[in-house]
Amino acid sequence: MPELTINGQSYPLDAAVGTSLAHVLREDLGFTGTKIACNEGHCGACTVLVDGVPTLSCITLAHSVDGAVTTIEGLRDHPLVAAFVRTDAVQCGFCTPGQVVSAAALIAANPDPTVEEIRHGMAGNICRCGTYPRIEEAILTWRG
Amino acid sequence: MARLIRTEKEVEGRFEEVWLVVEEDPLQQWPAGPQSVVGRPAPRQDAPQRVRGEARYTADIQLPGMLHTAVLRSPHAHARVARIDLAPALALPGVRAALAPGEAKGLVEEAEFAGAPVAAVAADTFAQAQAAVRAIEVEWQELDAVLDPEQAVERKEFTAEPSTYERGDFDKALAGADVVVESTYRTSVVVHNSMETHQAVCEWIGDTLDVYISTQYIWGVRKAVSSELGIPGDKVRVVCEYMGGGFGSKNDPGEYTFIAAELAKRTGRPVRCALTRREENVAAGNRNATIQKLTVGARGDGTIVALGGDFINAVGASGWSAMTDGPMQMLYACENVRTRRYGAKINTPPMKAFRAPGFVEGTFGLECLIDELAAKLDLDPLELRRRNHADANDGKPYSSKNLIECYALAQKHWDRRHEVRARSGDTWKHGVGMASQIWFGGGGPPSYAWARATSDGRVTIVTGMQDIGTGTRTAMAVIAAEELGLPVDRVEVVLGDSSRGPYATLSAGSSTTPSVGPAVRAAAADLKRQILEIAAQRHHLEERVLDLKDGNVVSADGNLSQPLEELVGLLEDAQILGKGARGPNPTGMSVLTFGVQVVEVAVDVETGEVRVERVAAVHDVGRIINSLGARSQVEGGIIQGIGHTLSEARLMDMESGRILTTTLDAYRMPTIADVPEIVCEFVDRPDEHLTSLGAKGLGEPPIVPLAAAIANAIRDATGADVHELPISRDEMLRALREARERAKERSKEPVGA
Repeated sequence: MPELTINGQSYPLDAAVGTSLAHVLREDLGFTGTKIACNEGHCGACTVLVDGVPTLSCITLAHSVDGAVTTIEGLRDHPLVAAFVRTDAVQCGFCTPGQVVSAAALIAANPDPTVEEIRHGMAGNICRCGTYPRIEEAILTWRG
Repeated sequence: MARLIRTEKEVEGRFEEVWLVVEEDPLQQWPAGPQSVVGRPAPRQDAPQRVRGEARYTADIQLPGMLHTAVLRSPHAHARVARIDLAPALALPGVRAALAPGEAKGLVEEAEFAGAPVAAVAADTFAQAQAAVRAIEVEWQELDAVLDPEQAVERKEFTAEPSTYERGDFDKALAGADVVVESTYRTSVVVHNSMETHQAVCEWIGDTLDVYISTQYIWGVRKAVSSELGIPGDKVRVVCEYMGGGFGSKNDPGEYTFIAAELAKRTGRPVRCALTRREENVAAGNRNATIQKLTVGARGDGTIVALGGDFINAVGASGWSAMTDGPMQMLYACENVRTRRYGAKINTPPMKAFRAPGFVEGTFGLECLIDELAAKLDLDPLELRRRNHADANDGKPYSSKNLIECYALAQKHWDRRHEVRARSGDTWKHGVGMASQIWFGGGGPPSYAWARATSDGRVTIVTGMQDIGTGTRTAMAVIAAEELGLPVDRVEVVLGDSSRGPYATLSAGSSTTPSVGPAVRAAAADLKRQILEIAAQRHHLEERVLDLKDGNVVSADGNLSQPLEELVGLLEDAQILGKGARGPNPTGMSVLTFGVQVVEVAVDVETGEVRVERVAAVHDVGRIINSLGARSQVEGGIIQGIGHTLSEARLMDMESGRILTTTLDAYRMPTIADVPEIVCEFVDRPDEHLTSLGAKGLGEPPIVPLAAAIANAIRDATGADVHELPISRDEMLRALREARERAKERSKEPVGA
């Protein structure tokens, strides 16, 4: 049986071919921190990392994943979490795990991004509540 | 003693008289300004759960054996189901039950818009349910569809009787005016598009129905479900611990709850019914389009003498006709006002409340009109607004109003306009515009809260409200902590479960904090009184010399300072319980919120591109409870407003009535790259007539004036009058062409004409 590596652990991939990674994470494995808001790759709420690269899990077939998956559950102790809380970069919170995952990839590649780099790196994650100024502040001040 | 009174209640600009039992004497308001906890920045108590992905939303509820639902929707704007056969669907793998039109509330035989739900299927997986819906055989009898709101008004097809309002003599005043401006404004449909779609999970346990639902009103869902199903209210348990946004669209159970409840009954299994994003863009409600034909007459000195407007709300197949005419009636001191408002019933998706319904649209029209008047009179737009400031609301005094103070705070932002304009080049023109804000937000009764102190010196507030993402959970903790002299992290708030707390009002109409907050304070005060009674007996002191401060019971002479947990620790497992209720709003007064926004824009006059560069928002919402959360509300409202103003357009095929923009790449909401610099200021003065808090709501006010302020900044930059939302490039270029024509005409006029 094929396997998926998620947050450092190995899981058998027991889903039908054609199942999305988001579905497997949420429905089969209980990683419900990954949200599905549009289910067609437009909003970024389902963002996970595959070998550190932000990936839209709702339009990624689980069987096509070739690399280690990191979900929000694997980033719970990341300094960004405290930064998001401190700066109030969360309102309803439905998009927030995806925002944190995208931000984690951004600062891993570029620990001191400029505002323009943050705007470029985060533009794929929609927040309907409009927490963007706080997200920007959280990323600018992620070291605390 | 309990007193029975008759009082007025307002939600989203709609008033009703209600009976109310007032249970206790009012508490004194705290002094103005930040206190120990209230008015200071408090990070959200539930932020860690939300950020870490631990918060459980309705979308995350997975009950053992849960089935999934797909819904068959009408492809026609107006059609009747002539014949329907569910058998082919029921024969497919995994399918457990199906509902025909009429078998659950909301499943209709006559579809009045393209997207109306008519049948539903429950299956083991969502994919199976979707496949089964496609297998349903249905024959449609197409009916006449009306899609044009003006045509509906001509035919007198209304959602409610037209509303007319007049004070003074509009015609006479207009005839006597020195200057008259007439303009027509149009606003488009915008869609809430909450990140969590509308959904519910229903499970029957014996004769009790558990409803997990993404809702702004757990008690409203409880009432609507019990009434529809004919079961007692306490046999319906409604749970919404976390929800992914609502913005007004989730005030009622929707058809999905009734579908899930019926399918759960038929199958004996828990059932989820969740809208897809595409369904969300069609069937979950919207801010309806409007057409506003407005007139203002003024004297040469800028005194507005006449205001008139015909407002058409293109309501859709269902919904209500919101107060588009409200700002015109309420914002200025004008003595002669006449408005007519029509709610057009058309075969388009339903209207639902959306963040200050009616006032967002009406303020766009009115505040653009006022600026066109200022331009015509060559008067400073801010000065024009000051001159027409209203000192009473149609004869009724305000409970508090600090709009003049808002203008004073906004002056420094307004003064930047000379410097901003000077940045203009050949292509990019810069300008500054402003608009005022008026809206409700006073909340009202009833709402209740309980407060519980345990022997570890911690306090739990229990109330049947919900936090839709605005931070109300934290606001309640802040209020209780202030009253109890406790650090805010020793207060926990339990909410979002109708079976685990008393009634609390809906999270809409900027009402949660001003409605539930006073009940929470009253419950905390009741708890505090009991704690001090216990302390007095324990220490042989009089209650009046005792107080709670920084987590200690203290005496006025300073001789006693005992940690709260030590005092209540005496009681071991016993608990001290307080209760509180929301009292009435002040009789005979208008409780309203005010503000002003000053916007800086840049316009590319060659391409019609508009960029919002800076927004300064000054609002008067009474006392600020949590300064951190308050700023977030303002920023969020402004960002949503930028979408409504510049990029969000829900497009419909005018032949078929089908919605063309059903995905988030087609319906363009703001991203982080669209956000301007936002400056946020508050008057922060308690409303001395409103409850023990003096606090009003803040969810809606920030979105109210933004579109007009942007349009007015565009006029300042380019001389062009935009008249439509969204301000697309087409609309911008049209307005620029019109302005050039106007300038050409003027230059042809003989000198002195």
